[in-house]
Amino acid sequence: MTLTLPSYPQPDERGRFGRFGGRYVPETLIPALDNLEAAYREAKTDPAFLNELERLLRDFVGRPSGLYLAARLTEHAGGAKIYLKREDQNYTGAHKINNCLAQALLAVRMGKRRVIAETGAGQHGVASATAAALLGLDCVVYMGEEDMRRQELNVFRMRLLGAEVIPVTSGTGTLKDATNEAIRDWVTHVRDTFYILGSVVGPHPYPAMVRDFQSVIGEETKWQLKELEGRVVPDAIVACVGGGSNAIGIFAPYAYLPEGQRPRLIGTEAAGEGVETGRHAASVAGGRIGVLHGAMMYLLHDFEGQITPPHSISAGLDYPGIGPEHCLYSETGVAEYVPVTDAQAMEGLQLLTRLEGIIPALESAHAIYHAVQLAPTMSPDQIIVVNLSGRGDKDVAEVMRLLAKAEDAPINVERQEVLA
Amino acid sequence: MTAVESKGVQSRGVARIRAAFENAKAGGRAAFIPFMTAGYPSAAAFPALADELLARADVLEVGLPYSDPLGDGPTVQRASEQALADGTSTRRTIELVKELRTRHDTPIVIMTYVNPIYAVGPREFMELAQAAGVDGLILPDLPPDQDLEIADLAAEYGLAVTFLIAPTSTPERIKLVAEACTGFLYAVSVTGVTGAREGAALSEVPAMLALARQHTDVPIAVGFGVGDAQTAHGVAGLADGVVVGSAFINAVREGRDVAALAESLADGCVR
Repeated sequence: MTLTLPSYPQPDERGRFGRFGGRYVPETLIPALDNLEAAYREAKTDPAFLNELERLLRDFVGRPSGLYLAARLTEHAGGAKIYLKREDQNYTGAHKINNCLAQALLAVRMGKRRVIAETGAGQHGVASATAAALLGLDCVVYMGEEDMRRQELNVFRMRLLGAEVIPVTSGTGTLKDATNEAIRDWVTHVRDTFYILGSVVGPHPYPAMVRDFQSVIGEETKWQLKELEGRVVPDAIVACVGGGSNAIGIFAPYAYLPEGQRPRLIGTEAAGEGVETGRHAASVAGGRIGVLHGAMMYLLHDFEGQITPPHSISAGLDYPGIGPEHCLYSETGVAEYVPVTDAQAMEGLQLLTRLEGIIPALESAHAIYHAVQLAPTMSPDQIIVVNLSGRGDKDVAEVMRLLAKAEDAPINVERQEVLA
Repeated sequence: MTAVESKGVQSRGVARIRAAFENAKAGGRAAFIPFMTAGYPSAAAFPALADELLARADVLEVGLPYSDPLGDGPTVQRASEQALADGTSTRRTIELVKELRTRHDTPIVIMTYVNPIYAVGPREFMELAQAAGVDGLILPDLPPDQDLEIADLAAEYGLAVTFLIAPTSTPERIKLVAEACTGFLYAVSVTGVTGAREGAALSEVPAMLALARQHTDVPIAVGFGVGDAQTAHGVAGLADGVVVGSAFINAVREGRDVAALAESLADGCVR
């Protein structure tokens, strides 16, 4: 079976998802974005490109990833069946590699020998460095100074893979600043450099292209669920959302179904210490429309347009905006976006670890928590699919630190039960 | 009346900016356009610094401090961070221009990323800018085809708009951008971000300007990487105006004489 890449009705030919998206970038980049768009359009239907991508996804990444019935978690939640789409099983530990390999292949196709990437938690950086090593490309990864401290091991991993990791000290020293720096690099070296953007953000065609490359997640879910349950469409899909690439990967293949046939699509935003505290990364719940990194989107910024530093326990969700297609889904009611706090994510992480023996990434733990809340409101013959976007190995040190800190704090009843 | 006609009739900023370029040309010079980040090195110290630049400027470019200036190099980034930390954001930038306007008649344009305009609200932003005596806007992250209303709205409030072209721009893009500019067209000398460079290469500038001139009669200023009189002189031979930014911020940071630097660069603009 040859891989095909989907064609969705959004965005329009100007790269707009309704009023969201677009190309708010320095003019220097416009021709590069036009070239990228043209190259992608060509590659999308070229059997040579698709066969190579399919081979790598299968033999290098290990796809398809499992669709796994979390029986004990289901029993614990008491309600709908909870399935996990196991993107944590992918080589390099998360969904990021799906997109990186595809973009790196595109870079080779376009004759670019140097790739750059931004990274928050380091997962996209590691995936980019991996793809670059595999294809013999020079790789430079921009990473916030603060994130480099939080994710020391991933920094070493990237360097071991031959990538140059450049610390970003400007602004808040996190993902948004690393993205600024990657864009500055691209503006400067645009003629020989390919920018591997890691999420469904940035200027057109990135949000559409990254979505298409990640939609393998939802497309696999369709046939896997058919085999397991005799139906293609679950009742609900839950995925965590920072920029939103893992969520769009599992949402998009279902989002354009006619209303009535569409499952509930629920994105969990990082509510940090609570949306009301201002220390969060929930762009739908706590943001207003604005422009960042080339796209119009829901954004955390003040009333004079300065971007407000986001906060989340998970570096991968620590982004002040959300991809333009999610903004459209939210505005049109195709998907719902709910806030999940740091503490709730920690609870989700411990639950899944103890009940299923799966340590999820802190990012994915946001989705796990919400699924456990949602399941009891549904009936046992209904199905929830949670996109388990990444594994938690990278977070273990941080979790250890947080749990030690919380030792004196009272443990809630639910957790006592789990830990007993 | 069409939008274009209304711009011609109403845009006070356009007329004033054109006059400044004409005046420089008549004096055998390219227009000298120094840039300074508003509120740098502090809101208190900025006005006197701007006075020094305005003593020689044909047009002054005031940068609106922004948290995420992705078209700027480290010099302007740091200046923006410092100004923001001192409380100069969008509204205060406009206030600072208003204060300069009480002493100076030289055209003043604000360079701003587009998000502050959207956050304040485009109409309110234009209203405030007009009331402060701002003559125009430079929009480095807004390709003109991304928002067709901004230029019309600016014209309604008497403000000129400047968009940018780059060495990577195709003839089609140059045509589109040049036709959208009402004040002057800003040609970026190199692929890259702002910042003074040793002996900036101008090899790509002549072809870019020649192409742009086929599509517009607005004056064309060249910027990015111009930091010394010699480079300025090289640019003055090619373009109608010369923009110098990071070099002034560096001078302030290092405690060098800004007035003397402005003098030297303005002299460099003599053809």
